[in-house]
Amino acid sequence: MATLEIRDLHVSVEADNATKEILKGVDLTVKQGETHAIMGPNGSGKSTLAYSLAGHPKYTITSGSVTLDGEDVLEMTVDERARAGLFLAMQYPVEIPGVSVSNFLRTSATAVRGEAPKLRTWVKEVKETMGRLQMDPAFAERNVNEGFSGGEKKRHEILQLELLKPKVAILDETDSGLDVDALRIVSEGVNRVRETGEVGTLLITHYTRILRYIKPDFVHVFANGRIAESGGAELADKLENEGYEAYVKGGPVSGANSGGAVA
Amino acid sequence: MAEAQNIPAGSTTTGSIAVAAESTVATRMSAPPSFDVADFPVPHGREEEWRFTPLERLRGLHDGTAVATSGAVKVAIEAPEGVTVETVGRDDSRLGKAGTPVDRVAAQAYTSFEQASVVTVAKEAVLTEPIRITVHGEGGVAYGHQVVELGAFAEAVVVIDHTGDAVLAANVDYVLGDGAKLTVVSVQDWDETAVHVGQHNALVGRDASFKSIVVTFGGDLVRLHPRVAYAGTGGEAELFGLYFTDKGQHQEHRLLVDHNTPHCKSNAAYKGALQGDGAHAVWIGDVLIQARAEGTDTYEMNRNLVLTDGARVDSVPNLEIETGEIVGAGHASATGRFDDEQLFYLMSRGIEAEEARRLVVRGFFAELVQQIGLPDVEARLLEKIEAELKASV
Repeated sequence: MATLEIRDLHVSVEADNATKEILKGVDLTVKQGETHAIMGPNGSGKSTLAYSLAGHPKYTITSGSVTLDGEDVLEMTVDERARAGLFLAMQYPVEIPGVSVSNFLRTSATAVRGEAPKLRTWVKEVKETMGRLQMDPAFAERNVNEGFSGGEKKRHEILQLELLKPKVAILDETDSGLDVDALRIVSEGVNRVRETGEVGTLLITHYTRILRYIKPDFVHVFANGRIAESGGAELADKLENEGYEAYVKGGPVSGANSGGAVA
Repeated sequence: MAEAQNIPAGSTTTGSIAVAAESTVATRMSAPPSFDVADFPVPHGREEEWRFTPLERLRGLHDGTAVATSGAVKVAIEAPEGVTVETVGRDDSRLGKAGTPVDRVAAQAYTSFEQASVVTVAKEAVLTEPIRITVHGEGGVAYGHQVVELGAFAEAVVVIDHTGDAVLAANVDYVLGDGAKLTVVSVQDWDETAVHVGQHNALVGRDASFKSIVVTFGGDLVRLHPRVAYAGTGGEAELFGLYFTDKGQHQEHRLLVDHNTPHCKSNAAYKGALQGDGAHAVWIGDVLIQARAEGTDTYEMNRNLVLTDGARVDSVPNLEIETGEIVGAGHASATGRFDDEQLFYLMSRGIEAEEARRLVVRGFFAELVQQIGLPDVEARLLEKIEAELKASV
């Protein structure tokens, strides 16, 4: 059974010629089939955790360890992590001019699966998955994320999640900027993947709204660069009623969010 | 020209990429066009038309010190039936009909060549095979002149390949009779030491169509002037270009479409990728719509993709409109970087860095390559782009 283990993870970022520590000792274990919601105020370091796990070069791991089934994730390049079974659905996916969605999907599926998918079954697979996410088939001929609306970008991320079938999926604020219909469609996509029981899900969100559609097994409150409290789904209800007030008083968190494209 | 309306260039800048200030078509030339090199002062580098070009790398083509050496360039022409190929002297009346040299090096070429080749496609001949012209540099200095003339309603494809090493200044004239259709592919696949400067003049006859595909991969310095003027109404010109500028290379394309005749069309689209320290691409796109050219429809576009730091692009589209009675006129220029975020996104989907870069560049050029309409040329270009990418990583 696939397991992602994060131990005492410390991550810093260079900003304005100074090194700033953002993650201050994160411990978390995500097993296949489990869904963990990570909730926290802006600037608490949630996105930094997501991008550090994916290997974004902006973040420096200063100490701690991350393993996937015992393999050292931190030693892997970004593409190796993806091929090992990590997937990050991004909050702000970038435009890739000149690269069509269909070409991109096939290239990444080939890379992740280790061989080119058979054309006929592949076309069918993509078409059906797009259909379930209520994406127009013409979408496949557009350039990756170019001119996509917020909702289209998120559907495209979930389309990749469904096609690439990772062992661990990290969803970074997939719910932000979505209207209720889009949120439902995107959540259903995530749930289809979860129902296979083959993926561990790390759902990063600011709002409890998405948890009405995607039921977490565990809820963790993220504050000031570490997990401040963990519990079951009931912890989300508490946050819904009380907000993050109790967690942010403890330490200075404003400004911990590094800004820029990936924060 | 004083009343000409100058629409400023819509350029974008990113990081270290410089975008030149606009200037009008008229002020770009320090001297009026002439066939005689003596009519042009030796450039010093601050002139509008020379300011992007490293003169010291012209190896004397610009100041009269480059003396032709024998056997520097070998030209071979392979033509199907229905085509006449001649080698003629300087006094042949068919030379220089499509345009007049606009700068000192083009005029030097016209003043210095000893023999020219003239390729003629007879009236109404429709060629099924391309005319292939190979220009191979053997080292040394050469001046040349080439004419391709199509009779009325003739149709032809010409592929000109430049390979090897040379210091070459050579002009090409394309003369299209009424209703003729000419597609020209000029490939600059020089060794990395070569210098190539030339002016390509097309004179498009009534209802004729001219399609030019300029492909520049090689050379230390390549500076070309693809130019179009119309001899009658209803003419169409499509100017496509593709360049891949590597470390230390200077590749400059200076287009001019002179809408001197009513009811003609033009469409220019050039795309370039750059990589490596000191890679420098220059694109000047001048379109002039003269007062009498009512019903003109024109669009020009330049896109650049900067793959690494240290590369520089100067992209200057410029549209001068002297009449409001036109169908359309537009231009666009954009220079973008293949940046770390794009690389991260693709790699986070399991795609290796090298493959990611290839995907982006291939995609960038594919749309343009598909418009060429000659499958074997398209395949060769895509292959060449792959090779350029492999060499870089």
